[in-house]
Amino acid sequence: MLKYTIYRILLTIPTLLGVAVLIFFMLRIVPGDIVEVKLRGDGGAVTQETVEMERHKLGLDKPLAVQFKDWMVGLVTLDLGKSMWTERPVMEEIAIRLELSLEVAILATLIAILLAVPLGTMAALYRDTWIDYLMRIITIGGISIPSFWFGMLIMLSLLAAFNWLPPITFTPIYVDPVANLTQLIWPAAAVGYRYCAVTARMIRSSLLEVLSEDYIRTARAKGVYEKLVISRHALRNALLPAITVIALEFTFLIGGLVVTEQVFNLNGIGQLFVQSVTRNDFTLIQGMVMLIAAFYVFVNLAVDLLYAVLDPRIRYA
Amino acid sequence: MTIAAPDTSMVVPAPRLRGAIAEFVRQQPLGTVSFLIIAVMMFAGTAAELVAPYDPLAIDFASILSPPSWTHLCGTDAYGRDICSRLIYGSRTALVIGFTSSFIGSSIGAVLGIASAYFGDRIDDWIQHVMDVLLAFPIIVLALVVVAAFGKMLVGGIDINLIIAVAIPIIPRVERVVRAAAFSVRVMPYVDAARAAGYSHTRIIFRHMAPNVVAPYLIMLTAFIAQAILAEASLSFLGLGVQEPTAAWGLMLSGNASDFYRQAPWMILFPGAAISLAVFGFNLFGDSLRDFLDPRFKV
Repeated sequence: MLKYTIYRILLTIPTLLGVAVLIFFMLRIVPGDIVEVKLRGDGGAVTQETVEMERHKLGLDKPLAVQFKDWMVGLVTLDLGKSMWTERPVMEEIAIRLELSLEVAILATLIAILLAVPLGTMAALYRDTWIDYLMRIITIGGISIPSFWFGMLIMLSLLAAFNWLPPITFTPIYVDPVANLTQLIWPAAAVGYRYCAVTARMIRSSLLEVLSEDYIRTARAKGVYEKLVISRHALRNALLPAITVIALEFTFLIGGLVVTEQVFNLNGIGQLFVQSVTRNDFTLIQGMVMLIAAFYVFVNLAVDLLYAVLDPRIRYA
Repeated sequence: MTIAAPDTSMVVPAPRLRGAIAEFVRQQPLGTVSFLIIAVMMFAGTAAELVAPYDPLAIDFASILSPPSWTHLCGTDAYGRDICSRLIYGSRTALVIGFTSSFIGSSIGAVLGIASAYFGDRIDDWIQHVMDVLLAFPIIVLALVVVAAFGKMLVGGIDINLIIAVAIPIIPRVERVVRAAAFSVRVMPYVDAARAAGYSHTRIIFRHMAPNVVAPYLIMLTAFIAQAILAEASLSFLGLGVQEPTAAWGLMLSGNASDFYRQAPWMILFPGAAISLAVFGFNLFGDSLRDFLDPRFKV
């Protein structure tokens, strides 16, 4: 097990290295950088001198090789540099917004799991009946309806029903839990719908697979109550693949947050990412891309190791 | 002398296609409905000039923010432009970008997947490493990174870089599936035979292996049109995709649309419904196509 663990941990290095190299050079293939966006924003004529000065200040005038070396050294020492726009450390920019996004993500996960398990199970048990078809339509809806539009629909409904719009300023949960939850539950629902749909589909198909196994027939043959067959024998085994999907989709929630935070005007990681792209803020984009990739890689690692613990076949393969 | 019976096994008679369509309609009622949605969208997109009641760009200050009525079926926006016409022209934008990016992404992914399975060893390892890197990001995040890197490049009113941005995240996702299918083709005797006959790698990949992974390729292509339309709408919504004044569904929801929650909810309802319906259609059609073409996946 130790050997497998070490091997699996080492395997994350080439992926992260690949991300670091790829993002650095991708951003620099095409000419054009933040300086143009920054100075154009002020309007008026800008002298070439000002542009050069600004480039020098941001380190954009250094040779590519030197910039690359700085970036790699920074990564190893866990220093992501400073945002080219606000000139504050990238880590700090991310840290102040992480709490909000993480809370939305966790709420979305809870909503998704609470709905997906019963939905997926019912669909599998009543396969090819109207319940299954209804579930199919609901889940395909989940992967078809854009989360930003779903968020807008929620806002419209809240406005029509209670004449209420979510507040603009963020209230942390330890300050006022009620205000915090009433604010964040809606964006969580908007991104959670897709999450729920994906998970429910996975549970349905893996449960159908398990239900055709020999041990289910054995359990039924020896007279176990159907309820117990489902809950103890079938569902337990079917949930393992579902856990993978839940974990991986959790890391992909950033994709939903990027657009949903815009709708609800939340100052979180997603909005920061969009801002950094709009402004061509290279250091901030690089830093965020690295963090998103690292998060994905480590969740993947955790899932693989968990599998190895649960299933000895993987350990020895 | 005996005359060999004509070998009919190689001949594909024409009625087969019609038979297949009838069979698809019978087996996949939901798939048929989804195809109808796609067909309506394609018609609206191609014949937009004939179908649309108004010019999608015509600004009419006399009828700003007018609610849905018989003169403006879906109402008008903040510039008095007819939303219904913009939706019809928007389906053209969505289809062009959705189809081309999915086609480019799926095709590159398929070729890489087959090459990866065919060459194996080192080349396979390297391709997989690169794909692993790309797979670490959700579609929209990777597309945003490409937008940040490449900026805009307009050719004939269409942003080529937007298409590339949407196509790149599709590559690794298709590559995975096609590679798995290509591995089972790789061990077929006819591939060995082709190598023994001295055919080039390129010829074996394109002429011998590619036709045998067409089923997963087509399924992925259809399913990723849905993802591509969604990605384009999201990018346009964020203001980083299609630009004003072009009619695009995601763009119609962005910017000042949300300032009019109270006065003009139709500005939000219709474009979003159009995106959802289109993505729903392609998703469901891809799903049904999979069940129909490849019953192995059916559980």
